Amino acid sequence: MSLIELRDIRKTYSLGEMDVPVLKGISLSIERGEYVALMGASGSGKSTLMNILGCLDRPTSGDYLFDGREAGRLSGDERAKLRNKYIGFVFQSFNLLPRTSALENVCMPMYYTAGELSAKEITRRGKEMLERVGLAERMYHEPSQLSGGQQQRVAIARALINHPPVLFADEPTGNLDSKTSVEVMKLFENLNKEGITIILVTHAVEVADCAKRTIHIQDGLVVSGAYKGV
Amino acid sequence: MSLWRTMLIALRALRRNPTRALLTALGIVIGIAAVIAMMEIGNGSSKAIRSSIESMGANSILVIPGAPRIPGGVRQSAGSGVSLTPEDCDAIANDCPSVDTAVPIVRASAVQAVAGNKNWTPQQCYGTGPDYLRIRNWVIAEGRNFTRREVENRARVCLVGKKIVTELFNGESPVDSEIRIKNVTFTIIGVLKEKGANMMGFDEDDVILAPWSTVRLRITGLKTGTATNMTSTASTSPSSLYPATGVAFYPEQAENLETDTLLVPKFAQIDQIMVMANSPNDVNKAIRELSQVLRERHNIRPGQEDDFWVRNSAAFMETLSGTSRLMTNLLMVVALISLIVGGVGIMNIMLVSVTERTREIGLRMAVGARSRDILKQFLVESILLCLVGGIVGIILGRAAALLVKSQLNWPIEPSPGGMLTAVAVSAFVGIVFGFYPAWKASKLDPIEALRYE
Repeated sequence: MSLIELRDIRKTYSLGEMDVPVLKGISLSIERGEYVALMGASGSGKSTLMNILGCLDRPTSGDYLFDGREAGRLSGDERAKLRNKYIGFVFQSFNLLPRTSALENVCMPMYYTAGELSAKEITRRGKEMLERVGLAERMYHEPSQLSGGQQQRVAIARALINHPPVLFADEPTGNLDSKTSVEVMKLFENLNKEGITIILVTHAVEVADCAKRTIHIQDGLVVSGAYKGV
Repeated sequence: MSLWRTMLIALRALRRNPTRALLTALGIVIGIAAVIAMMEIGNGSSKAIRSSIESMGANSILVIPGAPRIPGGVRQSAGSGVSLTPEDCDAIANDCPSVDTAVPIVRASAVQAVAGNKNWTPQQCYGTGPDYLRIRNWVIAEGRNFTRREVENRARVCLVGKKIVTELFNGESPVDSEIRIKNVTFTIIGVLKEKGANMMGFDEDDVILAPWSTVRLRITGLKTGTATNMTSTASTSPSSLYPATGVAFYPEQAENLETDTLLVPKFAQIDQIMVMANSPNDVNKAIRELSQVLRERHNIRPGQEDDFWVRNSAAFMETLSGTSRLMTNLLMVVALISLIVGGVGIMNIMLVSVTERTREIGLRMAVGARSRDILKQFLVESILLCLVGGIVGIILGRAAALLVKSQLNWPIEPSPGGMLTAVAVSAFVGIVFGFYPAWKASKLDPIEALRYE
C-alpha cells in the first residue's frame, strides 16, 4: 500500500464569479521511504499540490489516501492532529519563532500532541533531535544568533520531533548559499536512508537531482513521474 | 491541551516581547490602581463624613409628648402634654431591635448655678442618663460620667461644660468642687470636652448635666399637665410615682368616672426621651418600632392619634445619603472609564500582536495546533496580562492611597472587597477585550498565514 495516493485531485479557487482551476485532475502515488522531488514552474500548481499533500488545504474533488485512510475530507481539527503526528514541514524561510531558543523551537510541536508528555520528556526529546541534526552546541541560541544553515537544521529538527513518516520541504535551500545547501541536502539524504519519506518542492534542477524520483507539474497536471518506476 | 501548558506557552510568548507586554499591562495597571486608590480614599472620606454627621446627631431621635387634645379648638404647644414616663424609655431601649439606647431627659430652665462667690445661669441644665453622652457623641475631658446607680440614688453629682468652668471656676479644674444649682449642692464629677456652638448658634458648652432623677426631684419638681388623651395609664397615676409616701395626691378615680372625665391631670417624670438608632439608616425603622411600643404602652387604639411626637434629623439624613451616593457614583464612573480605556488598550495591542505574529500562528497551525488551541493561547495571554496588571495595580493603588494619607492627611479605608472585585474585573476585561483578537487569530488560514510577509 502506498503512503500517499492521489486520485483525480482537483482544486478550484473561485474569484468572485470566475472559477480558477489550479489542479486539473492529479493522480499520483508515493511509496514509503521514497525521496521525491516535486518540480514545476511558478504558477504550475505545485505549491497548491504540496498544501493538499501536507493536509493544510482540502481538494475541491478527488480522493486523497494517506496511509490507506481518506485524508482529503477531514475536518480542520482532524487535519491538525494528522499534521502533528504524521507530517513534518520545512519551509524556505525557516519560520522559527523569534527570540526563542533553538531547543524551545524544536519542542514547540510537542505541546500540541494529544498524549501529554512531561516537560522533562519534551526537553529530552528536543535535545536528542538537535543532536541528531548536529546542533548539540547551539541548543540555547536564538534564531538571530544562528546562521541560515543552522536555522534550517533547527527547522528540520522541529519537523522531525514527533517522528513523522513523511517530511515535506518547500524550497528548503531557497534562502541558503550553495555550501550550506549541500549540507542540508546531505542531511535530507541521511534522513531518507533512515527510512523517512521526503517530498521536496523545488524549481532548482540541481536540488531535484538529489531526489530519486522527480514529479513534473505543468498547468495543474502531472507531466511525468507520477508513479514509481513508470 | 491542558490549561497549565497553554499558560506556559502564553508566558513564553509574552516573554518574547517584554516591552510590549509591559505597555499593554500598563493600561490595566493604571486603571486598577486608580480604582483602588479612589475606592480607599472615597471610602475613607465617606466614613469621615458619616461619622461627622453622626456626631451631629444623625442617628438620634427625640420623642416629645404631643400637644394635648382638648375637645374644641384649643391646642397647646408641642411638648406641653404629659405622656412620657421613664418606663417608656426603658421599654424603647429594651424592646426595639433597631434602637441602640434611649435616655430620659428632664429640662430645668433658667436655673442659677453658684460656686464660691460667682453665679451663672447656664443655657441648658439637663437631667439625663449616663448614655446621654454616647448618644450625643460627647466625651469627658476630665473626671468621670455619672453611673446608673447614681441615677437610681438621685445622687447630687453633675457634669459641667467648658463654659461653666470658665465662668465659675476661672478655667481651673472644678472636679470634686461643689456647685449649687437652685440652692441644691452638687458635686462636680466631670468636665465635658469642648463642643462649640451647634448649628443654630447655641453654645453647647454652656451646660450642666446631672442624673435625671436628681434634677426632677431636687430642682424642677414634678411637672403637671393634661393627659393628651383620656386614657390614663396606671404608671402615671400619682400614687405609683410615689409609692413610698403612701399619700394620694388626688383621690383615685373610679372606673366609671374615668370614662366621663375629659381631662386627667398627669404627672410627668421626664420631659423627653432621646433615642439612638443603631445607625443613621435604621432611624426610620427605629421610629416605627418605638411608635409601636409607645402606642401599646399608652393604650392607644388603632385609628387614634399618637400622644407623642417624634423628631429626627431628616436634613442630616438627606445630606448623608446624598453625599455617599454622590461618592459612589463618582467612583463608579471613574472606575468604568479607566477600565474601558485599559481594555481598549489591551485589545489594540493584542490585535497588533496577532497581525505581527501571523506567521507564528500559521506555523503553529502547520505543526498541529487546532484553531481552539490558538484561541486559547491568545485569550490566556490577554487574561494573564490583565491579571498581572490588576495585581500590580492593586499594589500601586494601595501605595498611592497610603501616600495620600501620609502627605495630605486624608482618611483612607482599605477595602478587601474592592480588591477582589478589581482582580475579577481585570480578568473579565482580559476575556472581553482579548476575545476578538484571539478569535481573529484562530480563524486565520494556515496557508495564508505562512505566506504572510
